[in-house]
Order: sequence, then C-alpha cells, then structure tokens
Amino acid sequence: MAEVITIRPFTAAAFNQYLAEHKLMTVKCTKCGGVYAPPRAICPKCHSEEMEWVEASGKGKLAGFTVIYSGPTFMVEQGFDKKNPYVSGIVELEEGTFISARITGLDISKPVEVKVGTPLMVDFVEFGEGEAKKTYLAFKA
Amino acid sequence: MPKVKSLPRGVAMVGAGMSKFGAFAEKNSRDLFVESYKAMTKSVDKGFDPSRIDAMYIGNFSSDQFEHQAHLAPILADSVGLLPIPATRVEDACASGGVALRQGVMAIASGMADVVLVGGAEKMTALNTAAVTEALATAADVPFEIPAGFTFPGFYAAMASAYMAQYGMKSEHLMNVAIKNHDNAALNPNAQFGVTIQTWMEGRVAAALKKGKPAPTWSTIWDFLHDEGGNPTIAYPLRLFDCSPVSDGAAAVLLVAEEIAHEFTDHPIHIIGSAQSSGSALHDRPSLTSIPAAKTAAANAYEMAGVTAKDIRIAEVHDCFTIAEVIASEDLGFFAPGEGFKAAEDGMTARNGAKPINTSGGLKAKGHPVGASGVAQAVEVWKQMQGQAEARQVDGDVNLALTHNVGATGSTCTVHVFERRN
Repeated sequence: MAEVITIRPFTAAAFNQYLAEHKLMTVKCTKCGGVYAPPRAICPKCHSEEMEWVEASGKGKLAGFTVIYSGPTFMVEQGFDKKNPYVSGIVELEEGTFISARITGLDISKPVEVKVGTPLMVDFVEFGEGEAKKTYLAFKA
Repeated sequence: MPKVKSLPRGVAMVGAGMSKFGAFAEKNSRDLFVESYKAMTKSVDKGFDPSRIDAMYIGNFSSDQFEHQAHLAPILADSVGLLPIPATRVEDACASGGVALRQGVMAIASGMADVVLVGGAEKMTALNTAAVTEALATAADVPFEIPAGFTFPGFYAAMASAYMAQYGMKSEHLMNVAIKNHDNAALNPNAQFGVTIQTWMEGRVAAALKKGKPAPTWSTIWDFLHDEGGNPTIAYPLRLFDCSPVSDGAAAVLLVAEEIAHEFTDHPIHIIGSAQSSGSALHDRPSLTSIPAAKTAAANAYEMAGVTAKDIRIAEVHDCFTIAEVIASEDLGFFAPGEGFKAAEDGMTARNGAKPINTSGGLKAKGHPVGASGVAQAVEVWKQMQGQAEARQVDGDVNLALTHNVGATGSTCTVHVFERRN
C-alpha cells in the first residue's frame, strides 16, 4: 500500500500551496518550540529536524513599512505605479515571528501618519487567471 | 559566536587605485578593471614586478545579469596580463568587494600566497533602471521577500520607518547624510556625482531657464530636497537623494605579507582586523533598526585588531541609502543606538568632525558599482592614511581606519581595520 503523505515538506512551494488555500502557515520546532515563518526544515535555535506546520492566528502588527512608487515589473502589471503606489511591510505575527507581506487598507495619502505598530489581519491577494493565478500574502489594516 | 582567531601572519596593503565611477557607455567591467589596476600599480612607491602576484580575488555581484558575462575572474586576470595565476570571483551581493578583500587577507595569512591582487568591478548601466532594480532584487530572499513587492529602496525605507518610530527621527534628518556625502564627493575627482547638492540644484535651475521653462523657485537646498520635483519620493520615507546611484566602476588593491612589505613601500598600511558575518533576511530579525551581522563583524574585527570604536579615526561605511549610514554608525559603536542621526545633524561625521565618515563621498555620491564598493572603500582609506586625499584630506594623524561593507539588507557584512605605523 502506498504511503499516505500527510506532512508537506518545509519548502517555499509548500508555503505557497498553503497560501493558495488561504492559509498562513508557520513552522514549529517540536523540540524547543521555536516558531518560524517562512518555513525552515532545521530549527536555527536547537538544530532539531523535528518540525511541524502550524497555522498562524493571522493577527499581527506593522513592524516597518514603505510606500513604493516605482515597483518591479510584476507589480506594475498588477496596476501599481507612481500615481497608484502600494505598501510593502514587515509584519510581527502574534506568534512572535516576522514576515514580509503586502499591506492593504492603510490611508497612504499621508504616509507620515501611518503608524508602526498598527494592528493587522492576514489577507490573501490573488492575481491572474486559471493556471497563472497566484496568491500573495497580504495583511490588512 | 565563533572564537576570534588572530591572523597567523601579518598582511599589509602596499598599493590601491580605482577607476572613475560613473556611467560609461563605451566601457565594460574589464576596461574599468584595467583602469583601476593601472592606478593601483602607480600607487606602489617602489614599483613591483607583476609576476610576483600569486593570486587574485575579484568582488563582482552579477556580471551575468548586468553584462551577460559570467566567469569574470580569469577574464580580468588576463586583461592585466596575470595568467596563469588562480583568479576567483567572489559574490556576496553588495559586500562582494569586502569579502574579496577578506579572501585576499586569508590567502596571505595562511601562507598560501605572499602577494595578492584584490579587485572589485561592476558594470551596471548597460541595463535600464527597471532592469537594474530587478537584478539587484535577486540579492534578497527572493521567494519570501519579493512577492511582498519589496525593492531595495523599499527594504531600507522599511528600516527607516522603524527607526523613525523608535527614535523620533524625521525623514528630513536623513538629508544631512546626503548633503555631507555630496560635499565630500565634490572634492573627489573619481566620484560619479562630484558636486554639492547646492551645485546640483543650481544646475537644475540653469537647465530649466536654458530650455525656456519656468525656473523652479528653490531658494535653499532644503527647499530643493523637500520638493517632489527636485527630490522625488522613491519608496517612502526615502527620496531620490537618499539613494546611491546605478554605477560603473572598478577598484584594486595590492596585499602582501607584512615581512616583504618594505620591498614595495616604506609606508605600508597594515590590515589588523578582518571579519565577516552572515545574517538572515530582513523579516527574520528581532529589530529593523540595527544589522546584527554588522555588529558581529565589528565586534570580531575590533577584537582581532585589539582596538575599540573610539580609536578609529575615519570610516568608510556602506551608505547604499542614507539610513544605512546612520544605522552603520551605531552598529559600529561610534554612536549609541538612536544617536546616529543626531551625530550626522551635528556635523560629527563631517570631514572636520570628531568621527569623519565617508570622506570619499560614500556609495551615495562617489557611486556604487556594487561589487567594486568594498574595495573602493579600502582605496579611500589608503589615500587618507597616506595623506594623499588632496582637498578632502582629513586633518591630523589618520593612523587607524575602518571599512564596513554590507550585502543586501545585512545578510552579509565585512569589517576591516587598517593601521599605519609610520
């Protein structure tokens, strides 16, 4: 009988597959309890290889951000430019680890008024159709 | 943290030179490297026979992407007539040059080589700005940072936003760094932007008048720097004048074993500290306002050299963005956390200040051909320590200097400490 694979590997592809299912997954070390996002196959704190996927609560806060007026080609293709800038940020998850994400729902007409520490909730932004559809990690203010 | 081991054999820099930095449509990385090599050979007081060179290390980030040319090291060795010595390209993003320098130090310290050529070269301007931005973005943690929309100005902007929130800095404070570095670059004939911001602004006004357009109404450089027309926002809170340019350029230094340095010069510059440290992607750090790899590299380099931050007379630090210079000045221990931006405002990091930083003009104004930058920092240190920095020469005895070279947002950092003994 074929072995049933229940644990996805700790790879970028698996992380992205979870994102497509609208799940933000962290990886937890079963030995020392360290929690990581993005995924890691080996615990950087205790070097254990006994890791498991754990879904994040989705709550976080803004640790740092930028309003980008001139983005890479794939962001331009998604409709962003000088007149329609977007926000990229570093989010501190409730679990205590950090991740890079797009930030939505902020009033960026006056970026100086955006507060580091703003509470955020996970969101999933989709772009493209059919096979080309991609899900991006976002957090909403 | 690994134990700091002292160099088993002393290493000295006996020559240093660089090409002019800028945008040169007619020159590729090997042409620029040849220029830097010729400048280096001229700087060796007693001259030397190039056949004494045992090995060569080249810092280069991405000739593959920028010039569609990989395998650069043997090509550069051939271009200056050094075949068949081993030639090795070193890549750690924008720290490639600093890492190449460290490879040269280790080759001599280990006894495997007596004379090593260390170079750095990058030809970036053959691509348009969007393509350069995307090439540089490959130095990030691509699968996890790039989908968030981050660009390199964006990463450093996020660090700036965290710094502003933590320490009460305003984005205007960063302009002091740009003004100071342009002031220095105006005195550096090899700088890409060898003009003060005042001169730059006057040039913009003159150009507008010449075209018959209404002249901008800036009366001071602060008006200019606050105006979206003069200094547009690239990635809030960073504006154009917070960013280093896209550059072509090369630099070269000659390292030798300390015991033979006298055959090359009576005034060698000893490399007494050499450290390198690695760090995570930006989002995997406990704080966005400091670079752990820089702090580790600095601590290890100081320990190896037996000096402290206080002892350092001048420093060339990695100011790819203005905020990076502020954070570097704290990570290196020159100023307490949260004090770096005030030190820049108070003129402490100016040429005549207590701790001159980036007398060359820095990456900001001298230019940032990424793989060359870490080596070009050593060239500036050489000139200042030899008293050959001409109009930008720092007063007094520049007997101890430091270079700090960062890859990406701090995934790599090298720190070197240089000493002149006579």
